[in-house]
Amino acid sequence: MASISLKRLNKTYGALTVVHDIDLEIADKEFIILVGPSGCGKSTTLRMIAGLEEISGGELRIGGDLVNDVPSKDRDIAMVFQNYALYPHMTVYKNMAFGLQLRKAGRDFIDSQVQDAAKILDITHLLNRKPKALSGGQRQRVALGRAMVRNPAVFLLDEPLSNLDAKLRGTMRAEITKLHKRLDATFIYVTHDQIEAMTMADRIVVMKDGHIQQVDTPQNLYDRPVNMFVAGFIGAPQMNMLPSLIERRGDGYVAIFDNRELPLPAHFDKARIAPYEGRELVLGIRPENFHELPPADISPENLAPFKAVVELAEPMGSEVHLNMVAGGRGLIARVSPRFKAGIGDEVALVADMTNVQLFDKETERSILY
Amino acid sequence: MSISSSTAVVGRPTATPRRKIKVLSRRRRKIQNALVAYSFIAPNFIGFAVFTLGPILFAFALAFMHWDGSNAITFAGLDNFWRLFEDKAFIAAFWNTIIYTVVSVPATLVCALGLAILLNQKIFGRDFFRTAMFFPYVASLVAVAVVWNMIFNPEMGPVNMILYTLGLDPKDMPGWAADRHWAMVTVILFGIWKSMGYYMVIYLAGLQGINSELYEAANLDGANSWQKFIYVTVPQLAPTTFFVTVMLTIQSFKVFDQIYMITQGGPGTSTLVLVYHIYNEAFISWDLGYSSMVALVLFFLVLAVTIVQFRRQRED
Repeated sequence: MASISLKRLNKTYGALTVVHDIDLEIADKEFIILVGPSGCGKSTTLRMIAGLEEISGGELRIGGDLVNDVPSKDRDIAMVFQNYALYPHMTVYKNMAFGLQLRKAGRDFIDSQVQDAAKILDITHLLNRKPKALSGGQRQRVALGRAMVRNPAVFLLDEPLSNLDAKLRGTMRAEITKLHKRLDATFIYVTHDQIEAMTMADRIVVMKDGHIQQVDTPQNLYDRPVNMFVAGFIGAPQMNMLPSLIERRGDGYVAIFDNRELPLPAHFDKARIAPYEGRELVLGIRPENFHELPPADISPENLAPFKAVVELAEPMGSEVHLNMVAGGRGLIARVSPRFKAGIGDEVALVADMTNVQLFDKETERSILY
Repeated sequence: MSISSSTAVVGRPTATPRRKIKVLSRRRRKIQNALVAYSFIAPNFIGFAVFTLGPILFAFALAFMHWDGSNAITFAGLDNFWRLFEDKAFIAAFWNTIIYTVVSVPATLVCALGLAILLNQKIFGRDFFRTAMFFPYVASLVAVAVVWNMIFNPEMGPVNMILYTLGLDPKDMPGWAADRHWAMVTVILFGIWKSMGYYMVIYLAGLQGINSELYEAANLDGANSWQKFIYVTVPQLAPTTFFVTVMLTIQSFKVFDQIYMITQGGPGTSTLVLVYHIYNEAFISWDLGYSSMVALVLFFLVLAVTIVQFRRQRED
């Protein structure tokens, strides 16, 4: 059992607080990803769990036991560092065996553990090399192997893929996900890359300025962000944020942006929108919710015509990102590569309003969730 | 103007004279570049040639000559070389130099590393202690040698006073610089104390260059402080240790000034070292040919040891 519980955990350096009273429950064998921009406290939180940073306040429990003052080596955890931190003077084999040797494990046991991990990670042929003779991807595997040989209950991974090139990152992402399934351990993974978070995590913890913004499954974070920060951070290209006036039309509401009425879907909780009638709020609409033609599977009352001037078209191969301007605001639409639009053209698109978000302008919080 | 004249030539059928000019100018440019480079090296090189290279070559030649510094130089063949094996003072100096080096190099290294590790911790007054430890290296040798002679004075020095209060019998008291059994110890202690601050600074730089993630990884692997020292610090400091060892070895082979200040090579020949013997033969006995031969021996000794050290480093 290696559930992890953080209760009002905080970290201060003198007068500076970098992690503010964090509460988080991580279930046994869960793959949880802490994500956020630089300096949001995600790495510090991970390092507190690892025992590499002292806990300034609050409680940290691993498997139910309070471990605030338990040294790293006795927490039944292993960590993969951003720069791998392999011992440069030791061979791959020794790097992997070192932890077990210090724990006075038997030679045969160590050997079988190292060989097993090496086989899983496909690094058996590298066991006699030193780290400097390895590529970045190989070092990454060795670092994972070093963590694996001890069969820890919890794996902590601190931006493990950030030093790899884009292609290798994609492969390693899939491998780490598979490894998690195979090892049956709790994974806590820190990254600033929302794609890693979306593709790998069971649940994502979005952090900013030392506070947790939202904890949820990747799809829920994407569909129901609680504030503008989460909405902007998850998803690429970013969600478009359009300041709009709310007005009543019949028994529904519309958002007015750029003198154009965009109907708010009927399934929205009207009681939550009512207080904003006649006021401005922020309408969030994702780039993929703009279409060249009205999609057949969406009911027409949730669609609205939308015009904008193209500033730049970025072809991605499978799609084109149109950088456009409407109502003095820059926004991005993801359209089919067949859609031809020249720079400076005014294009007529269709906005799918089914999944738009509404945020309070002052508090930046979602008024829907 | 030269540009316009050269462009005017382009495309003419009689290209031969133009090509010649071009080749010449390229060569001239090369020579000019070389001259500029040499002119930058020159001030340093002239100084080196006049004050270092010249005397060294002269000393090499002198090793096979007889010369008292004023009368004519005469060829000696291998006379000076054979004399080495009969010269008891030389043999003593040779072994004393070896002993001094074998003891003081590892001792200084260990002290410097120990100090560096201590003063790399976040302790109160760290900067003060770092300065204090470095101070002997910059202090005037003459002044500190006088102080050492006082501190280690066998009759009334504070060191022996302390030993006396600790209950040591006055008969067993070490005579330090005045005692042939203790003189070498005194000189070695002085040497360690004088240079450990300098090598501490070098080790501090080395320690600060170690990636702190390695210690964190070792923490998670379950290493205690001693294991972290053995498995992370020592291997990571290997290049620093190599540098310190080479420098200390050369410095120890060349030791002279502290011996001149504290024991003058005595009592007897108990602290006589090669450089002190060279000094004696050259400027006391005025036998410049023989003293050059001793210098030659020292040169090859340093060369051999340094080559061995570099070889071993490369193997590692």
